Amino acid sequence: MNFDLSDEQKMLAAETRKLLAERASANHLRKLADKGLGWDPDLWRSVAEMGLLGAAIPEEFGGVGLGEIDVCVICEEMGRGPAPLPYVNTIGLAAEAIRLAGSPAQKAAWLPGIASGEVVAVYAWNEGPGAFDPEALSAQVQAGQLSGGKLPVADARFAQLAVVAAVEAAQPGLYLVPIQTPQVHGQALAGFDQLRLLSTLTFADAKADRLPGGSADFIRHLEIRGAVFTAFEQIGGAEACLNMARDYAMQRKTFGRVVASYQAIKHKLADILVEIELARSNAYYAAWALATNAPDLAIAAAIARLSATAAYDVASRENLHVHGGFGYTWEADCHFHYRRARLLASYLGGPDIWGARLIAWMQARRSALAA
Amino acid sequence: MDFDDTPEEAAFRGAARAWLRAHAAGLPAHHAMDETTLVAAARAWQRRKAEAGFAGILWPEAIGGRGGTPIQAAIFAQEEAAYHVPTGVFLQIGMNMAVPVIVAHGTAEQSTRFARPTLLGEITWCQLFSEPSAGSDLAALRTKATRDGDGWRINGQKLWSSWAHHADFAILLARTDPALPKHKGLTFFVLDMRSPGITIRPIRQISGKSEFNEVFLDDVPVADTNRIGRVGEGWACAMTTLMSERAVSGGGDENDLDVPTVLMEMQNAPALLDGSAITRLARWHAIERGIENFRYRLLTRLSRGESLGAEAAIVKLAYGRKLQDLAAFAMDAQGYAGLASDPGETFKLHVFEAYQWGAVMRIAGGTDEILRNQLAERVLGMPGEIRTDREIPFDQSGA
Repeated sequence: MNFDLSDEQKMLAAETRKLLAERASANHLRKLADKGLGWDPDLWRSVAEMGLLGAAIPEEFGGVGLGEIDVCVICEEMGRGPAPLPYVNTIGLAAEAIRLAGSPAQKAAWLPGIASGEVVAVYAWNEGPGAFDPEALSAQVQAGQLSGGKLPVADARFAQLAVVAAVEAAQPGLYLVPIQTPQVHGQALAGFDQLRLLSTLTFADAKADRLPGGSADFIRHLEIRGAVFTAFEQIGGAEACLNMARDYAMQRKTFGRVVASYQAIKHKLADILVEIELARSNAYYAAWALATNAPDLAIAAAIARLSATAAYDVASRENLHVHGGFGYTWEADCHFHYRRARLLASYLGGPDIWGARLIAWMQARRSALAA
Repeated sequence: MDFDDTPEEAAFRGAARAWLRAHAAGLPAHHAMDETTLVAAARAWQRRKAEAGFAGILWPEAIGGRGGTPIQAAIFAQEEAAYHVPTGVFLQIGMNMAVPVIVAHGTAEQSTRFARPTLLGEITWCQLFSEPSAGSDLAALRTKATRDGDGWRINGQKLWSSWAHHADFAILLARTDPALPKHKGLTFFVLDMRSPGITIRPIRQISGKSEFNEVFLDDVPVADTNRIGRVGEGWACAMTTLMSERAVSGGGDENDLDVPTVLMEMQNAPALLDGSAITRLARWHAIERGIENFRYRLLTRLSRGESLGAEAAIVKLAYGRKLQDLAAFAMDAQGYAGLASDPGETFKLHVFEAYQWGAVMRIAGGTDEILRNQLAERVLGMPGEIRTDREIPFDQSGA
């Protein structure tokens, strides 16, 4: 038993962190947001050159052939900035869908471009308010053509490919859909997070190529994988908030002493530290369960998602709060996480949804083990 | 990262499991025993484990231990937790606090004298640290140890001494030099609880049980050969014991209550169908699994030879609050009837105990507030609390 990352994984984290600290500073994020840009294409090319986009993609398809835990390590660093890159969407969801459910020809057609950074792929599953259910999709495929709408879809404004959940002959499935075509209409939405651009995608007989392995069960599995990757992204964000709050409190003085010397602040940040360490511990277990396809992967993923969501939620709110009025200004960096935490809390389903799943899965697993 | 056993670990687990199956199955549950029976049963179980090489797994072979790894100790604890084995703090204080501090700070002769009888369950232990005026501020303690010929005389009053009424020996922290600042004038001793001048008075707790005691020390003689470490080194010794207490406390005790148990026992409670209840139960389960997985991470650090810092406090801090919250939920979820137990509704009684024990877990071994200070100061590097008495002689501090 060994409950820690390997030295190579720690080095991967350090190198990723260094690059993102240099290239994705808060001032850089402010400039991107001011320009209405939700990402940095130059930085995307740089992380591709580092091998981060191809981390989990096999070498035969242009990747590096590492594993899920390595992707988790990168996701954590992406969350720390937060980096203006569609990493979890493209790599954790869309590329994983192709890698795991695609045919050899589909993998050969798309994975090398994703690994090299030339193709941005996004995952399009949601269809409006409420919990996502792969058995209740309205997007339809007939004779290789997709019709219907997806709302919201992140990063679609600069993507070339969407992996779309849709139903064909009453069977839910996943489809590869090039989206820069006349049959796909993108409508920009006013997103809450300026650095995660959201759109509505409307498909009118768009060419759709079915992933042979894409079933309702696989769609649920993809969501579970996404929950694990996102948990790491959330933990990176939460830790950045804790460090930011601590650093600010250490230099800001009131009544002749630094704010960090008051128990009201110390205890607040200690509680956040507890949340983060428990979340990190659960995320490590879930990453291992993912890498080994453990029988309790779904349960581990739900637990990781619940813990990481709770940690990022409280860390992002209290970080802004500890900064006082300054925290509410555009010039302070707190708002990037204040927004991103909400986005990540809701986008794969919030705590109520995952809580209900967790309890149901625990009951089912207990029954299965008893039988 | 690998949450599976290595082949060596799997072999150890197999051996532990086989031995436990042969020896632990059918042991009676704790709550079926009175205290004297429990202590006797726990001593006997400790001896069997020791003779089979499953006690003192982490202890060096030189003092009778197995010289094993932290992972092996954790594996045995996991396997043992599947049974209702008799045990208690009177053994754990010896195994996890007294002997480790004696080995770390005492002489070879002291290690030889106390390690093996503790390992075999021949002697049980209690802790004489806290006092009426020294709880969170332990270094403010007033119990005095004064020179008397070759030895010492102890005078003072100790509080919250768990199971002192069944203990053969105590680890004792006393003030040997009140002219020094508070942390510097303390010395650590081992006290024979059968010495003259010791009066033990049980404290009746809110649960109705009396596990804690007041201990009055009236001119109690202690040989200098029972002094652990140098005169004035008591605070460092006490810190050694408290860090290990915090790392081990939180979960796994008989009053623990977890979400799987609540789900199983309360399947028919109407509140379990309520969405907000489900969300809260899921959150508490994430916390309890987080504690478990965090402990595994600590274990990996220990097995690399690293020592645990203040972050071990996370375990107890998270555990106490969750226990109190979950037990409150289990009571409230059945409405008014949840507060009344028919004879035979043992789960309700367990919940009552858990709710009461949750209050203890937030105080004993470092209050929530003290632990938050430690995390903030030692892990996050935030400033320490203002202390007006730290550097001045204890006898001039007004304590």
